Amino acid sequence: MKKMTYREAARSALRQALAGDPRVFLMGEDVGRYGGAFAVSHGLLAEFGPERVRDTPLSENTFVGAGIGAALGGLRPIVEVMTVNFSLLSLDQVVNNAATLRHMSGGQLSVPLVVRMATGAGRQLAAQHSHSLEGWYAHVPGITVVAPGTADDARALLLAALREPDPVFVFEHAALYPMEGEVDDTAGPGEIGRAAVRRVGTDLSVITYGGSLPKALAAADLLAAEGITAEVVDLRTLRPLDTATILASVARTHRALVVDEGWRTGSLAAEVSARIMEGGFYDLDGPVQRLCSAEVPMPYARHMEDAALPQPATIAAAARAMLRRDG
Amino acid sequence: MPILGADMVAGTLIAWRKQPGDRVARGDIIAEVETEKGLIDVEVFASGVLERIVVQPGATVPTGTVLALIREDGPAPAAMPAVAAPVVTAPVVPAAVEPARVEPAPGERKRVSPLARKVAARLGVDPDTVGGTGPGGTVTREDVERAAAERQAGPAPAVAPAPARPRMDVARMRQTIAAAMARSKREIPHYYLAHPIDLHRVLAWLAEENARRPVTDRLLYGVVLLKAVALALREVPELNAVWRGERAEPSAAVHVGVAISLRGGGLVAPALHDAERQPLGDLMRAFRDLVQRARSGGLRSSELSDPTITVTSLGEQGVERVFGIIYPPQVAIVGFGRIAERPWVVDGAVVPRPVVTASLSADHRVSDGHRGGLFLAAVERLLQSPERL
Amino acid sequence: MSASIDRDHGLGLLRQMVLIRRFEEKAAELYTVGKIRGFLHLYIGEEAVAVGTMQALTPEDNVVATYREHGQALARGMEAGSVMAEMYGKAGGCSRGRGGSMHLFDVSRRFYGGHAIVGGGLPVAVGLALADAMRGRPAVTACFFGDGAVAEGAFAESLNLAALWRLPVLFLCENNLYAMGTALERHQAQTDVVRKAEAAGVPGEAVDGMDVLAVEAAARRAAEAVRGGQGPRLLEARTYRFRAHSMYDPDLYRAGDEIEAWKTRDPVVLFTAVLRGQGVLGETDLAAMETSVAAEVDAAVAEAESGPWEPVEDLLKDVYTAPVDR
Repeated sequence: MKKMTYREAARSALRQALAGDPRVFLMGEDVGRYGGAFAVSHGLLAEFGPERVRDTPLSENTFVGAGIGAALGGLRPIVEVMTVNFSLLSLDQVVNNAATLRHMSGGQLSVPLVVRMATGAGRQLAAQHSHSLEGWYAHVPGITVVAPGTADDARALLLAALREPDPVFVFEHAALYPMEGEVDDTAGPGEIGRAAVRRVGTDLSVITYGGSLPKALAAADLLAAEGITAEVVDLRTLRPLDTATILASVARTHRALVVDEGWRTGSLAAEVSARIMEGGFYDLDGPVQRLCSAEVPMPYARHMEDAALPQPATIAAAARAMLRRDG
Repeated sequence: MPILGADMVAGTLIAWRKQPGDRVARGDIIAEVETEKGLIDVEVFASGVLERIVVQPGATVPTGTVLALIREDGPAPAAMPAVAAPVVTAPVVPAAVEPARVEPAPGERKRVSPLARKVAARLGVDPDTVGGTGPGGTVTREDVERAAAERQAGPAPAVAPAPARPRMDVARMRQTIAAAMARSKREIPHYYLAHPIDLHRVLAWLAEENARRPVTDRLLYGVVLLKAVALALREVPELNAVWRGERAEPSAAVHVGVAISLRGGGLVAPALHDAERQPLGDLMRAFRDLVQRARSGGLRSSELSDPTITVTSLGEQGVERVFGIIYPPQVAIVGFGRIAERPWVVDGAVVPRPVVTASLSADHRVSDGHRGGLFLAAVERLLQSPERL
Repeated sequence: MSASIDRDHGLGLLRQMVLIRRFEEKAAELYTVGKIRGFLHLYIGEEAVAVGTMQALTPEDNVVATYREHGQALARGMEAGSVMAEMYGKAGGCSRGRGGSMHLFDVSRRFYGGHAIVGGGLPVAVGLALADAMRGRPAVTACFFGDGAVAEGAFAESLNLAALWRLPVLFLCENNLYAMGTALERHQAQTDVVRKAEAAGVPGEAVDGMDVLAVEAAARRAAEAVRGGQGPRLLEARTYRFRAHSMYDPDLYRAGDEIEAWKTRDPVVLFTAVLRGQGVLGETDLAAMETSVAAEVDAAVAEAESGPWEPVEDLLKDVYTAPVDR
């Protein structure tokens, strides 16, 4: 175990992948000379050269599509799309090609592509640079979506993504890059499709992922001081959802609060809630609750942005409200 | 009629470019067809002589319809039919419904649906003692209701003047109804009156009123009608009475019996006590409670024997006008049909209005048509000022 | 046509064009009786482009095509029966019935679809070429697209990236003058596709798309340059579709005399005349060719008719590689 940041953990996975497999290469905006917009790829250009660490033009649709083509052509491309906000420009290639080619070709094609991007708000970047749209991606069959919420997962899930024969989208929460955590950099790849119980509790299950995970854990600390023990479930993979782990937790606690930085309407939180209704209805002692971002374009001002996002205090308040006894 | 697009289901034949007797060759345009997208040429895929035109210009026919017959050249054609081949039936694809999930081991926790818990609390049933018949042994509302009825059915009812307890033997209930109705028709000289009533004020007021109320306290229009009936009885009190021996005994209190049909068959008409004195909100709650208990077997025997008049509404079944039979020993029954938009003359102009027909069946031994008419007129008048109900 | 044509080569080109023509005429017929459903975009009139350009490609090269790709598929050597079965939606189709007319795939022939989002195939072609370049495979990726695609951002982006990285892509613009119903001059200020390519750093050439030999010669020149490591090339084949955009199209946007004028330059008729003029094609040759093509088309239809449907239990198969319900 080593202490390292989420950023360093992701870099460690990239380095390990580049060093271990000649088919792997990294391309994206400013991944090379600049060192990565979030410095994840810092130093990799010097180590692996411009053939394998490729700066691209600002042509999201084409370099994601080129990643698909390169995967069809026998390589293992890792495409960095800087942020989810810009990935909207490449949605055609994602939805119409990456997700469909295998099925549409009757199983002849395989697209072993990894696309990484930063997601989320919390850094006062306002409405165009603060989206959390991973839930949209999770809507699409044919792709796999992971969202690491710990430094160890930033490494392990990226390595796991590279072992998949089908396209995997990795959503790294931008606010987590400087977060430190214990990382086993000798461990193998993580397991896609497996959620983790990050904290055991008996009073309710807080189900979350990515950037909201540290907030949920902080909320659990607040609640613990009041004698409420919250179980915190980290989804880790948003598609396919680990329904069994979610339901098992709800079966223990009988209450579920889903925390999701995406907007509430049509959200991933809605999907999790629906699955609990379908599979855990009779284990519930009360309705499933959701805490999502306020339904506004993200404001710039600090206090307004804070108010728009789930926070430890609001998560704890939502939990208390669920446990309140009237008379 | 050729299929020219995935969403084309029919086309209109506009003109024939070839006439019977003309030679046609594969690839020729023989007709023009109007579609949703515009005029499209119809190409022919056979060579020969146009023998007969089947569909005339101006006709709209479904795709697959034979438009004309062509006698082909040469030997019999190969495998493919030219037109009107049966449309390929796609294999049946199951809907994308997730299979029912096997729950994770729920421990010893009893599965009780939220609604069943709610009903159990009201009926005073412990859901954990009820056997569940739902998926995976889940206790459902019906299980709770059955348990409550079984508990009620224990000691035999002491008083049984009217239809007995719900969940009783349906055949027995039928016998009770039969006896009462036959006696009514045998003994009571009925007269019948009907009176159409404009409900637009009631409905408008209700919409406003309900917008102010919490969802759980919203009023049904039926309760407004009940209240109007109860108040109108103050003006024609002889209709609110019971027949004892040779004469009617007017009742000081207005206990309106409401006819409630039961899911398993049969009918009960328990009383809403002192209906004329209850504010609408209370009446609504009492009504809901009565319906719930009637259907779950929780009625008190007094509720079945107390009514001094009955109201029956068959509007939900689309009934225009009700001709009720009086429930002895009562002396009147009021019926309501459905609310329908009708032409209504207001200040010399015809306007559409939501109209309901109120009817009265009354015992001619006790009242006359004149008084019955006044009663229905009072109901109408009261319904024009719903805010005062 | 100065040089005389090799008889076998000439007859081969003609037969491919005739096969595409007859195959599609049959497809149109089958569509009207409901055997083929969905969208059906016919290539009739443009056969010289697919047949001519394919001559410049080797089996090691990649092909990326559009939704109007029956011609490319057949010219690439895909079996008529597997293409017809695909249009029927049968399990024996080249995409197991998952794709239909617009999504023909055959990995064994490096035929990578069948792309029905206009311009969507271009980035994929750039990626295939990138993989070849990085892996040291001396192959060309031929990417077909229409004049409508030049309006897409993917066109500008893909030409730029291919030129920037000197990738072995042969961009093949089939300019049939209409993006569905919108004429090129109604959607582009600069209507010269070659100039657009040159602006992106991709040398280009325009060719008469109704002349199969001219197309072949130009494609060979372009492919040779690409294969020689000179980076991407663009070939604009000026052509015309004789049929409407799809079956359900009353062709309101084209003048009848324009269509008739182009039909006088029918690539099959033109090339038949060339071969006749050179004494390469005898009277009996053409009849024999038509008979053999008709037999091939009939066999394709018979295969499609008799083939089985994929079992419904396989609905979720091949969404992911692993056979799981995600």
